[in-house]
Amino acid sequence: MSTVTLVWNYLKAKPLNTVLNIFLLALGIAVITVLLLFSKQLNEKISTNTKGIDLVVGAKGSPLQLILCNIFHIDFPTGNIKLNEAEQLSRHRLVKSAIPLALGDSYQNFRIIGTNRSYAELYHAEIDLGSWWVMNFEVVVGATAAKILKLKLGDSFSSAHGLVKEGQTHERMYTVKGILKPTNSVMDNLILTNVGSVWKVHEEHKDGVKEWIEGTKIINPSSLVPAVEAGDSTLEITSLLIKYRNPLAVIQLPRFINTQTNMQAASPAFETARLFSILGVGVDALMGFASVLIFISGLSIFIALYNSLKERQYDLAIMRSMGASRGKLLFATILEGTILTVLGSLIGLVLGHMVLFLFTVLVSQSQSTGISALVFYPEEAFIFGGSFVLGIMCSLIPGFQAYRTDIHKVLAGF
Amino acid sequence: MVDVKGLRYSYNLDKKISFEDFRINAGEHWLLLGDSGSGKTTLLHLLGGLLKSQVGMIKVNGTNITQLSEAGLDRFRGSHFGFVFQKNHLINALTVEKNLLMAPFLAGVKQDKKRVAEVLEQLGLAEIKKSRIQEISQGQAQRVAIARAVLNKPIVILADEPTSALDDKNCDKVMSVLLDVASQNNATLIIATHDQRLKGKVKKQLILS
Repeated sequence: MSTVTLVWNYLKAKPLNTVLNIFLLALGIAVITVLLLFSKQLNEKISTNTKGIDLVVGAKGSPLQLILCNIFHIDFPTGNIKLNEAEQLSRHRLVKSAIPLALGDSYQNFRIIGTNRSYAELYHAEIDLGSWWVMNFEVVVGATAAKILKLKLGDSFSSAHGLVKEGQTHERMYTVKGILKPTNSVMDNLILTNVGSVWKVHEEHKDGVKEWIEGTKIINPSSLVPAVEAGDSTLEITSLLIKYRNPLAVIQLPRFINTQTNMQAASPAFETARLFSILGVGVDALMGFASVLIFISGLSIFIALYNSLKERQYDLAIMRSMGASRGKLLFATILEGTILTVLGSLIGLVLGHMVLFLFTVLVSQSQSTGISALVFYPEEAFIFGGSFVLGIMCSLIPGFQAYRTDIHKVLAGF
Repeated sequence: MVDVKGLRYSYNLDKKISFEDFRINAGEHWLLLGDSGSGKTTLLHLLGGLLKSQVGMIKVNGTNITQLSEAGLDRFRGSHFGFVFQKNHLINALTVEKNLLMAPFLAGVKQDKKRVAEVLEQLGLAEIKKSRIQEISQGQAQRVAIARAVLNKPIVILADEPTSALDDKNCDKVMSVLLDVASQNNATLIIATHDQRLKGKVKKQLILS
C-alpha cells in the first residue's frame, strides 16, 4: 500500500469519471499539439524555403500565387515572362543575383524545374549519387522525389505536360543523372534540369517559336541561360528569383518592376506573412477551442474531486484516526488531480502526434509538404509541465478540504 | 495504562462536560456506558486523541497525549490505538486486504502481508481477502474493521458503538471476536456503547451520566 496505490484505486473505483476527465483533457492537449507541430514545422519550412530569396519576379497576376508557385511549388504559374526582359532586370544595379525558373512539366506530380545550379545552391543541395546534369534532358532528382518515385541513376522517364498527373505525356525522355541529398526543403520534392530541356520539350506545343538548336555556337551567351544568345525576344521563362544587392532595393526594386515593366514582383516575406494572417484566424479559433476544452476538463476534474471528497469524508477521518497526517491527505488529493492531468496530457501528446502521423500517411499531398509527426519540440515539455500545474490548481481546494477534515465531527456524526 | 485526571471539555460556552478520574490497567476490558448525549463518544475521542482542546490530563502508556502536537498526535494514534466505529468505514475503493494494509501504511510501519493473513485467519475472514467491500456482508465488514484495528498490535483498542447496527447474532459474533482479539493481542479494550446487550459481556463498566 502506498499513496499512489490508494489514489489509483480511488480513480479505478470510478472508471467512467476518470476516463471522461482524462479524455477531455487529452482532447484539448491533442488539438494544441497538432497545432503546435503543424504551425512550427510550417514556419520552419517557410523560412528555409524562402531563405536567400528576396523577391520573385513573374508574370502579372496574384502575388501570393507567384510565391506559392515559384518558391513552394504548390500553385500554378501566373504565366511566363520574356527571357530578354528577365535578362535586363537581372543586370539591374540593385540585383545581386537572379535565378531563372522554367516550369510547366511534371512527372507523377513531382515538378520538373528548368533552372541552373544556383537554384540548388540556394538550399545547399548536394549531390548524393551521380553528378549534375551536363546535357539536355539530364535531370537531378530531389531526395524525397527519388524515394517516392523509386528513381535510380540512369532511369529514364517521360514528363507529363502540366503540373498534375493526368497531363499529356511528352515523347522526350529524361534521364536521371544525379540524386540529391535530403535538404529538408522544397528541393527534396523537385526534379531539376536545365532551362533548355524544358524549352525543348515544349517546342512541339508552340507555333512560331524559333527552333532552338542544340549545339549552335553561341557568341554572346545569355546571362540567365548561357545556352542561348542574349536578348532573345521569343524565349520565355516562368520566373526569376532575385537577391537584393543592398537594403535600398527593398523599397525601389519591387516598385520599379511593378510599374516600369510587364512583370510582377512579389516579396516572399510579405506574402507569407499575409498568408499567415489569413491562416492565423483558423489557428486562433482552434486554439480557443482547445483552451475551452482544457478549461472544462480542469473544471470537471475539480468538481469530481470536490464531490468525491464529500463522499470520502469518512474515509479521510478514518485515515486520520489510523495515523495519517493532514499533509498526507492533502498530498493524496493533489496527487489524484495531478495523476489525471498528467495522464491526460501524456495521452493528448501521443494522440496529437498520432493524428498528425495518420494525416501524413493518409493524405498523400502532405508528404510533399515534408511535415513529420515524429518531431518533438521543447514546447511539448511545457505542455507536460503545465499539466502538473493544472492538476495542482484543480485539486488545491479539495485538497485543502481534506486537510481540514475534522475527525471528531465526522466520526461522531455531527 | 490509561490514566485520566481532571478531564473537562467545552462543546461551546454554555455546554461543558467533566469526567471523573479513572484508571484502566493494561489488558483490561471496559465498557463506557451512558445514554445518548452523555459524552461517551466525546470521551472516547478524547482518549484516542481524535479531539483536542480539553482541560486535564490523559496519560496513555506513560505519555500525556494532551501535550502532543497535531503531528505528534497523528503518529501516536497510528502506533498506539486501534479504532472500531459503529459504521465500519472501510474504504470502498480498496479490497479487504488493501484496507487492512492501510493501517501499517498510514501509521508508517512495515507492511506485513503475513500479519494481514494471520489476522484475517483469526477472524475467519481468510476467504474474502481479495473481495471488494461492496461484496461482503455487514457482519463481515465489521469484522474486517476489527481486523484493521488490531493489525498494528495496538496497546489500546477504542470501539465506539461497535454493535449497535448489528442484529443479535452478529452482535454476539462481533463482540466475541472483539474480546478474543483484544486478549490475543494483549490490548486494552474500551468500548463506548448504549447497547444493553453488551452489559453482561464485560464486567468492568464506567457509567457516564
